[in-house]
This record gives sequence, structure tokens and C-alpha cells, in this order.
Amino acid sequence: MSFPVLSTILFAPIVGAAAITFLPTTAGSSIKKVSAAAMGISFLLSLMVFFGYDWHSGGMQFVEELAWLPEMGAAYSLGVDGLSAPMILLTALIGFAGVFASWRVDERPKEFFILFLLLVAGVAGTFVARDLFLFLLCYEVVVIPIYIMIILWGSSKRVTKEYAAMKLTIYLLLGSAFLLAGILMLYLNAYPAGTRTFSMQALTQAAAGGALSPEFQKFAFFFVMLGFGSLLSMWPFHSWSPDGYAGAPTAVSMVHAGVLKKIGGYGLIRIGLLMLPLGFKFWAPLIAAFGVANVAYAAFIALVQKDMKYVVGYSSVSHMGYVLIGIAAADVIGINGAVANMFAHGVMAALFFAMIGHIYHATHTRHIPDLGGLAHQMPRATVGFFLAGMASLGLPGLISFVPEFTIFVGSFKAFPLFAVLAIAGIILTALYVLRVLADVLFGPRRSEWDGVHDLHGADWVPLVVLGSFLIGFGLFPSLLMNVVNSGIEPLMPLLAKLKLAATLWGGL
Amino acid sequence: MWVDFSLHHAWLIPLLPALAFAIISFFLLRSPQLASRLAIAAMGSAFLIALGVGWAVVSKGITVEAPFVMKTVWFSMPGLVAGMGVLIDPIAAMMLFVVSLISLLVLIYSTGYMTGDPGYARFFAFMSLFAASMLAMVIATNFLQLFVFWELVGLCSYLLIGWYFHKISAREAGKKAFMTTRIGDFGLLLGILFLQIAFGTLDFGELAVKVPAYVSQNGAALMTCVALLLFAGPVAKSGQFPLHVWLPDAMEGPTPVSALIHAATMVVAGVYLVARAFAIFSVLPGAMTVIAWLGCFTALFAACIALTQREIKRILAFSTISQLGYMMLALGVGSLTASMFHLMTHAFFKALLFLGAGSILHALHDKADIFEMGGLRKSMPATCAMMGIAVLAIAGIPPFAGFFSKDEILVAAAHVSTPLYIGASFTAFLTAFYMARLFLVAFFGEENPHDHPHESGMSMLFPMGVLAVLSIFAGAVPFALGFGDWVRFGPAHHAGIDWGIASASTLIALAGFSLAWLIYGGGAKRSDAIAKQAGVLYSLSLNKFYVDELYQWFNRNIVTGLARVLYWVDLNVVDGIVDGAAQKSGAVGAILRRFQTGQTQQYAAVMLIATVMLALILAFSAGAVAGGGKI
Repeated sequence: MSFPVLSTILFAPIVGAAAITFLPTTAGSSIKKVSAAAMGISFLLSLMVFFGYDWHSGGMQFVEELAWLPEMGAAYSLGVDGLSAPMILLTALIGFAGVFASWRVDERPKEFFILFLLLVAGVAGTFVARDLFLFLLCYEVVVIPIYIMIILWGSSKRVTKEYAAMKLTIYLLLGSAFLLAGILMLYLNAYPAGTRTFSMQALTQAAAGGALSPEFQKFAFFFVMLGFGSLLSMWPFHSWSPDGYAGAPTAVSMVHAGVLKKIGGYGLIRIGLLMLPLGFKFWAPLIAAFGVANVAYAAFIALVQKDMKYVVGYSSVSHMGYVLIGIAAADVIGINGAVANMFAHGVMAALFFAMIGHIYHATHTRHIPDLGGLAHQMPRATVGFFLAGMASLGLPGLISFVPEFTIFVGSFKAFPLFAVLAIAGIILTALYVLRVLADVLFGPRRSEWDGVHDLHGADWVPLVVLGSFLIGFGLFPSLLMNVVNSGIEPLMPLLAKLKLAATLWGGL
Repeated sequence: MWVDFSLHHAWLIPLLPALAFAIISFFLLRSPQLASRLAIAAMGSAFLIALGVGWAVVSKGITVEAPFVMKTVWFSMPGLVAGMGVLIDPIAAMMLFVVSLISLLVLIYSTGYMTGDPGYARFFAFMSLFAASMLAMVIATNFLQLFVFWELVGLCSYLLIGWYFHKISAREAGKKAFMTTRIGDFGLLLGILFLQIAFGTLDFGELAVKVPAYVSQNGAALMTCVALLLFAGPVAKSGQFPLHVWLPDAMEGPTPVSALIHAATMVVAGVYLVARAFAIFSVLPGAMTVIAWLGCFTALFAACIALTQREIKRILAFSTISQLGYMMLALGVGSLTASMFHLMTHAFFKALLFLGAGSILHALHDKADIFEMGGLRKSMPATCAMMGIAVLAIAGIPPFAGFFSKDEILVAAAHVSTPLYIGASFTAFLTAFYMARLFLVAFFGEENPHDHPHESGMSMLFPMGVLAVLSIFAGAVPFALGFGDWVRFGPAHHAGIDWGIASASTLIALAGFSLAWLIYGGGAKRSDAIAKQAGVLYSLSLNKFYVDELYQWFNRNIVTGLARVLYWVDLNVVDGIVDGAAQKSGAVGAILRRFQTGQTQQYAAVMLIATVMLALILAFSAGAVAGGGKI
């Protein structure tokens, strides 16, 4: 067996967390350095995985397989394909940036970084798992650190951070309960007792082989949809997202909005579409309708927010609508766009939260009317904030334009009317993004911010790393799209069978 | 040698200024002198290559039907291949020449105008990116590439209009430009998506074959809708009614930016888009009629507003809107040649007018009201002379450049529809009137004793001089050399001068001048009396027909109002349900709260227990259901 790259990506943060437990609580800077080293290893290896992934051949690569609980049919089985390679890169990228965005956490740094590293490891695990049991396990690992981190290091205005943490946790747990139910049904029905397995590959084959009746698929998909949907902040299960992000410390917001959410979209494709294709077909129009609601409804609400984090929180809900619509289009172009958009939004949201975190750290406020003219005192943070904003409104040359365009092409075929409504979202997005940029960054110089620090030292890292991807993948989208497509193109025969009836409303 | 190199490396034309932008942004923000030199060197090289390309077009006989094309794949997936490339035909070559020349001149001018600005280096970076985006848009081979750079042009205009970001008015003007053009882009994007889905390609060459074929088979109704969606983009970008509102506010940017926006890099993008996609528009008579009438209406509408404005750059802005209306009108009546010809001559004299205005503002320390200037001809003779040339050119007095291009538009309009011709001619009268008003009031009249204006330096006068020469000759010379044989759509267009129309338009322009002389030649008193008599008409024109107010009302009450309602719903309806559920599970919260002890061991224990529980649940339920059969 060759060098276990994926296991190393997964375990580097865990080993880092373990190492930190041996450090004294007061050794803040060593703790940070260990975290940075651990995430650095993961990040470098994930770069190697992503750019080393042979997208010409496609399929599962970097595979690792160990027997684990054979009597249950669960195995320690890892691998990446075109769908998961971008996600694992995104996880490690944001985890790495998140460590540096937390460089100024001086309150209980030991606990903070241990929890953060475990959180990242959990998220990474969900994307490389080829076994549903492992997938669920990693997913559950994620919930607890988030709750504790919001309570201990969070901050909020509109609602208390305890409320935010509780709300977010309840949603995550409820989502996982639905998910668990759906996945158990699948597990129990796909194969007869004794031969049951959690292997994703085997379960996908079961569905393709006709082992699952259409009625069962519709029923089970409903649970999977609720589980992953609420994780992806699908309307009307979205309200945890703005409150949760506003309450969470910067790095948690980055990881949560950046990658954790994407488990929802990833799962909808990997489990929903592949293992329950007929259920997917039945529910797709509803997902598209909810997606449109996400886009327009959340964008409108973002317009009147006064807290920067709420703007980005609702914006993130809005952007997930595009992902939902792209997936629901059940078209190779739409799904390509949806996956690429998950990556794009992750980078952009993480950069947004990192910059907001910095501004908040420097000015102690996120209240937009109190801010203004920060470009005078913080030109570097302005660049980051501006880049994130422009990516958010889909400016070509930055990472999110091509994914969004691709989603539009894909969904226009399947749901013309929904697509038009969703595309109208680009106007609303521009409205709230330009408003927040203008009110926070531009305008007359305000003397109360004259002494504040601009980005310096470790603050540069999130801007530089995330910014490079924001621009690099924006100028050369095929770097991203080729990998994604190698995972989506093999679905074409399946998608051809699912062809939605093209009506004005779509399949409704 | 040079010519071959230029043609095959035409992608360097946008790339060089783009590199200048990148290098300045990353390395030279603290070295203003180096930055401006690099930007000018890059733009100068781009201009030389553009000249080479122009020469190649003529010497190699590259025509609109047989363009020179290079393509590469930008990204691809099954069913969607997006390309980037270079398309050189006479239309593109002319645009490359005009855009790179004016950008170069404006950059040279800016070295004088922007002296002392704290963001000097950044200014040159943004200007380079602005020009690069426009140049890349000009050589686009397909709609997606065009859209990409179209948006980047929009971004740069946002950044540069809002250059003085400490001023609320500048900040809002930048935002307005971006938002207004976004609304048009929504339509443009829908049109592009439709083309992609219906024809499976966005390549101009392929669409030029497929769309006419589709129209002749299936009728024009659907495609007319698509064409009008596409046209929404140019309406916003080129400041056509009703999306013209951003353009007058765009004068908040530094004057070199205004010159660039109004002459070369922003507003003509819309006209260029329609010209580039003329194969689509020209087979759809319905769409063409809309374009022609909207263009004519915009020309007239903006000219009416320009009559009463007092700020020099605002007058020029409305004159740009009006002239863009002319270009659209020309396209709508089917004469690509006339439109592109006017685009070129207008670029020269409008750039000159703005640089001249900049020269005045520089001398008067940003005092913009023409009625407070007065008597500048004595203190600023060179500026006065060159502005005079530009005024003659825009008014269409022979043999200045504007005369030839405007004449072609009038001829084309007269062939198609008399009302359009009359509208265009009346606009010409108004144009001559308000331009003469500007000139007379600012340069003649009484000197303001408090001002001590001085003539601008060479770095500013030199670019103006070049533009003045072009404003004189850029009409007659291309006309004589057969501009219409190269820049055209369909059969070559050998328009001789229609002497009837030419003499009529000259007389109309002279009439406009005379009226202005009568009213403003003797000071401002007579004009005030007329303004009073005009009453409602005067205030309509002065307040720009209240279009801005309408939009503001809509935004404040409808958009924001709806947003507030939805936010209320989100908090009270959607969240209300969740909070209700949460209260019931308060017990869970009480349990969870005990874990906030900060003890790592406990967290680890929690996670371990959760994992074991999960495994147990799975194992048990698997066993139980296995015993009880299928669900």
C-alpha cells in the first residue's frame, strides 16, 4: 500500500489536537504553531490530492481500505473522486486559513484549537469517506465542537450566543436524525440481512440494479432531503444559519459556511441522487422551488441587515439556493455548476468571515451604521473584503462566476421559470453587496477608527491563501471544472434516465 | 514582420495593460513615477500592436465576412464549451485603434491631472485594467467572453467613478453605475443563456449562421424577444433611456476617467455589442425598429436635458447620452458603418471635450458651474481653441469630423423613416445650441475677478492637441479612404455625400449656434428671462424629467419595503416555529449546558460516548429490523 495520503490529511489535525493536550494552557503561541503545522500538512497534501488527481481517467483515486466492523458491513474506506477532491481541498484550505484567522484568540487557546482541529478533521472525514458508517461518524464528530465553540468564544447581538449555539445544534441534530433514518432505511433495504454493507459503492449499485422500489426511494429520499437540506440551509430550514454564523467565532463561521454546509450538497448528490435516483427525480422540483426561495428570499432579507455577519449569513443562504437549483436540474451541466459553486462559495464566504473577524477585532463592532470609511485606515482588509464581495456578486474573473453561469445554463433547460427568478437574484445580490461595501469601506474618514490596526502578521495568511484561489480559479476555471466534471460526467447515463419533463414550472 | 507579429499576437493588446495593472498592484503602489511610466509604456506598446493589426487588416484583406480568428478553450464540460479567443475583423481593428489610442492619450494627460493624488499609482493600475478589459471585450470571439470583459469594464468604472471614495456623492455614483448596468446585464445574461441552450454555442461566427437559419424556419417572434433581452445590456451600458441615469452621475470620477468612460471604454461597449451581434439583430426587423426608435428618443431626450444643465461635465454627459442615441439609431436603421463611424469621431471629440473640461476644472480648482467661469478665452487660449474645435466637430460643421459621421446617420435614417430623420435633425439643432451655450458662457462673457486661472501644462495640452487634430481630420480622411468598404455589415456601403441632407444639417447646426449667440452672447440676463417663461418645461429639463426620483422612490419603498416585510416574516413566522420547538426541547439544552466546563477530557468523553451510542443504535436497529423484516 502506498503512502496513505487521505488518512494523513484526516489524522494530521487529530494528531495536532492530541499534541496540544500535552502543552500547558499558557503556551498560546506554541499551541497556535502546532495547529498551523498540523493544518499545513493537511493543506499541502490536499493540494497534492487535488492537483495530482488524474481527471482524465476519473473514478476513485488515492483509495485506502481497511476492514473495520465486518459483521455490520462497515469499513474504513477512503478515496476521492471528482466530487470529493474539490471538497477535501476546500476543507483543508479553510481549516488552514481558519487557524491564522484565529491567531488573536487569547482566551483559552488550548481548548479552542483542540476543538477547531477536531472540527476540521470531522468535516474532512465526511468528504473522503467511501463508507456511510464512517461518513455518519465523522458528521456527528462535527456537531459537538461547534456547540462548545459558539458558547465559549462566540459573540452576538440580536440573539444571545447561547441561543445561536442551541439553535444551530438543534438543527444539526435534527438534520442528522432525519439523515440517520434515511440512511438506515437504505442500509436495511438495499441488501438482505447478512450481506448488508455501508459501502457507498455497493449501495449505489443496489439502486442502479433495481433493488430499491420507487415508492421506497421516494420515502427514504424525503428523509435524506430534510437532513441534507437543513444542513445546506434549504428554505425554510435556513434560519439557523444567520444566527449561528453571527454567534460563532470567526474560524467557526469560516468552516461552517465554507465547508460544513457543503456536506449537505455533497450528500444530496452522493447519497440522494446516486443511491435513491427515483426518489431524487420525484422531489427535484420541490428542491428547485425551495432553491429559488433561498436565492430571492434570503437576498431580500440581506438587504436590510445591520450586522455584517448577518448580511453574509443571509447571503450564504441565498447562494446555497443556486447549489440546490443546480442539483435539482438533474443535468450534467447544472450539477457540475452546483459542485463548483460549493467550492467557490466556500472560499468566498471564508474570506468574508475572515475579514469581518478582523474588522470586528479591530473596531469591536459589526454594526454597519457604526462603521464607514474603513478603506482609509484598513486598505488591506478593504482589498480582502472587496474581493469577497465581488466574488459574491459573481464578478467574472473571480471564482464564482463560472460556477454560477454553469448552473444557470443547466437549470434554464430544466426549469426555465425558476431559472429566470434565480437569475434575477444577481440584481439583488449586487444591491446588498454594494450597499455593505459602500457603508463599511467607503465614505468619509471617521476619526474614531484612526488608531486601528490593518491586517498584519498572521492576518495576511487567510487573505493571501483564499485570495489566490479566488482569483486563480476565477481566471483559470478549468483547473476546477475539469476535476469536478470528471466526477459528474460518469453520471450522464443515470441522468439521462431521470430526464425531467421540461415544462414551464419544471416537473411540478 | 511587424504586421504579422501584431496580427498573430493581438492578444497582447489587452494583456499588456492587464499585466501593467497586476505589476503596479503588487509591486509599485509606492512608486508613483514608475507606475505611471509602466502603464504608459504598456498602453503605448498595445497601441503599436493595434496599429499593426489595423495595417494587417488592410494589407491582408481581412474582411467582416472572413475575419482572422484564434481560439482556445477556457473551460468545458459535456454540452458546454466556453472559449476565449481573438477575433480580428475591420470593426474590431478600428475599435482596437480607437480604444488604445484614447487610453494612451488619457494616461499621458493623467500624469499631469492626477499629480499629488495620494492614490496616483493605484489610479494608473485601475485605468490600465479598464482599458485592458475593454480591449479584451473588443476582440471577443463569443458572447461569454464578451460578457466576462463587459462585466470587468463595469467593475473598473465602479472603482474609478467612486475614486474619491471619501465623498458620499462619489461613492453613491459608483454604486449607481454598477447597479444600473447590473439591471441591463440581467437581460443580457438571459439572452446569452437562451442562445446557449437553443443553439449550443455562443460563438459569433456560428451564431451568425444558425440564427438567421432559425428565423427563416421558425419566424422571428421568439428570437425578437431574445434579441431585446440581449439589447437590455447595451441599453444600460450605453446609457439609453430609461437606464441612462448612471451616466451623468459618473462625472463624480476624476475627469480623465470621464473622458475614458465617455469616449472609449465604457459606454461604447453597448454599441459595440449590438454591432458585433449584428448578424442576429439585422434579421429581426422588430428588434431593429425598437433599437432605432429608442436610440432616436434617447438622443432627443438627453439633448433636451442638456439645454438647461449648469455643470460643465454634466452637460457633456447628457451630450454623450444623446450621441450614443445617434449610434443606436444608426444601428437600428441598419447602417453599421454610420454607427461605427460616429463612434470613432465621437470618441475623439468627446475625449477632447472632457480633457478640455478637465483642464478648466484643474485651473479653477473644481468649480464646475459654467455660469461662474466666464472669460476663460484670455487666460486659457489653447484650451479655448481646442474646445472650440471639438464644439464645431460635435455640432456637425463641415469639414470637422462629426459632420461626416452625423451626415451618414442622417442619410441612413432618412432612407428608413422620415420621423426618425426629423427627430435626429432636431437633436442636431439642440446639440449645436447647448454646445454653443457651454462654449460662449464659459469662454466668453465677463471674467470672474476672483479666479486666476492659468493654462494647463504640456502633459495635458499634448494629448488634447492630438485629439484636436483628429477631431478635424478623422471624418474627412476615413471618408475619402473608403471607411465604409471595410467597416460594414453586408454589401459595401458607398455613401457619397447627400448634398441635400448635408446642407440641411449644416444650416440646422448654424441655426443652433445663432440662437445660442442671441441668448447667451449678451450675458446671462436674457437666458434667465427665457427660463422663467418656459416654466414647467424648464424645470422638467433641469430636473432631468424626474427619472432619478422615480427610481429612488421605487428602491426606497418597494424594494426595501419588501425586504423589511420578508425579514419580519423570517423572524416571526419561520423562526417562531423553530423557537416553539426549541422551548420544548429546553431540557436538552439544560443537559448540554453542563458540558461547558472547559475541560478537554470531558469534551473528549462526550465525543466518545456519542460515537459509541451511534454505533450501538446502528447495531441494534440493524438487528431489530433484520428480525422484523423490511420496512
